[in-house]
Amino acid sequence: MTQLILEQALNGLQFGLMLFLLAAGLTLVFGIMDCINLAHGSLYMIGAYLVAAAAQAADSFWIGLATGVAATALLGLVLELTLFRQLYKRDHLSQVLATFALILISNEAVRLIWGAQPVMLNPPAALSGPLEVGGFFYPAYRLVIIACGLAVAGLLYLLVAKSRIGMWVRAGAANREMTEALGINVQGLFTLVFVFGAALCALAGGLLGPLLAVQVGMGESVLILAFVVIIIGGIGSIRGALVGSLIVGTVDTLGRALLPTLLRATLPADAASTLGPALASILIYLLMAGILFFKPQGLFPARA
Amino acid sequence: MAFYHSARHREALSIGLIGVMIALPALLTACGQEFYIGFASRILIFALAASSLNLVLGFGGMFSLGHAAFFGIGAYAAAICLRSGITDALLVLPLAMAVAGLFALLVGALSLRTRGVYFIMITLAFGQMAYYLVVSARAWGGDDGLALVGRMTFAGFGLHGEAAFFHAVLACLGLSMLFLGRLAEARFGRVIQAIRENETRMEALGFPVFHYRLSCFVIGGALAGLAGALLANLTGLASPSLLQWTQSGTLLVMVIIGGVGYLYGGLLGALVLLCLEEVLAGFTVHWHIGLGLLLLTIVLYAPKGVAALFAKTHD
Repeated sequence: MTQLILEQALNGLQFGLMLFLLAAGLTLVFGIMDCINLAHGSLYMIGAYLVAAAAQAADSFWIGLATGVAATALLGLVLELTLFRQLYKRDHLSQVLATFALILISNEAVRLIWGAQPVMLNPPAALSGPLEVGGFFYPAYRLVIIACGLAVAGLLYLLVAKSRIGMWVRAGAANREMTEALGINVQGLFTLVFVFGAALCALAGGLLGPLLAVQVGMGESVLILAFVVIIIGGIGSIRGALVGSLIVGTVDTLGRALLPTLLRATLPADAASTLGPALASILIYLLMAGILFFKPQGLFPARA
Repeated sequence: MAFYHSARHREALSIGLIGVMIALPALLTACGQEFYIGFASRILIFALAASSLNLVLGFGGMFSLGHAAFFGIGAYAAAICLRSGITDALLVLPLAMAVAGLFALLVGALSLRTRGVYFIMITLAFGQMAYYLVVSARAWGGDDGLALVGRMTFAGFGLHGEAAFFHAVLACLGLSMLFLGRLAEARFGRVIQAIRENETRMEALGFPVFHYRLSCFVIGGALAGLAGALLANLTGLASPSLLQWTQSGTLLVMVIIGGVGYLYGGLLGALVLLCLEEVLAGFTVHWHIGLGLLLLTIVLYAPKGVAALFAKTHD
């Protein structure tokens, strides 16, 4: 039992860190430009497809990952310059509609290019086996994901909390007009943030590719989770995104793994088998509702 | 955004239109196109769903992206009613509205504490919560959805004929539009629109802003539930995909294409989008690309929708 909990906790940590890669870019886009981007999940999907295609062409996972991330960042740059720049000054309605249109286009384009069947992405051969950690075996590849996630999170923290650019980004999230008045090029800053966000999306998509199926629609389900993370953490706050991601990742994974067992121990078998999966699937939303009730601005609001 | 526009001067036009609509099944049958009676019912049902979203969005200024949850809950409520032997429309429809309205009350009470981007994301998240709940509930068919046992009846009359069902849907839509039109002109409608324009001022004038918004949100949810119950009866299935957030997106697209905050915006939008879907899907399975490009064009160049083209003189 403890081994199961430990293993699921590691899975939760891994899932949470990947969510963080998505939520970090998204929360800054929302925070600084007050722009809602539903197509963030599509960048994640396109990133995963590009990584899979590049990995297949180069016959190397790591080269594929690097190429896919770079290509998605480029796509993000093009999107920002051509479309999003026009959307910032529009209302939320236009932003939602335009990015919803982007989802339709990208899903259909992916289906057109790669077909409706999921694409396989194999983890690097050296990492495909399990590794012994503290008395039990855990897949080596998942450990690498955790390491990558921690490294990126640390890097982002340094970038946002310690560097000059990070200071501008935080200032932009807290008060955009004031930051512009102080002579910071918020427009250019935002292009940078958007491209960076797109690259993080592709990184998450590529790393998760071997674990999940790379398929059309993979972006939407994860997008909603990223939203929940941002709601819990507070819009525009990187720290909030990190805490929120870890909470959501752990609660969701542990809930799905342990809740049915726990319910079976306390409730009649019949009620437990119907209630267990249902409760596990909405656990994070209940959590979100609870946090929202006490802290409508999230745990770490950027605009105090 | 403009106030809801009164359509009083177009009364004659409306009466003519209603006449045509009543005669539509007979006309389609005469042309040998019975298939399109069901399609017409579908348009009317989505018109009702889109209009209910338009009440919340255009009229109340609340940008809900979880509206499909109320739509789908209405469908499931109707399916469960029929399964447990309640078949009269006068019971099924109010029950579906009540259940959807109740869920809207819960979601609204929590979400309306927030504003802006937050509100959009939270309604989206709660909508998805309802979706996952339905998908994981094995008693309700899980992924496969809940099939209906027959169609509801109206005061002892069966609604199995497509024409009879079309008339029932038409009656529901007509009454709802009448209600929405009256609501927009009434004190409640004025207050809710004023809140949309300037919340702080209304708060300062002593209006209970939160309660007005919540009431508007619940009415919208209940009307969406009505539409969902009708759709389940039309297709014979309460499917989880009705609750999915892409469905909310589709309703939103209808409202925006039709015209946000125009009484007939939802109606026009549903008509345009569903007809467009029917035509485009005939050409290619990849018609979503065309739709997406069209939406982008609308957002960038005609953000006020179709209804605005007809109502230029009001602005």
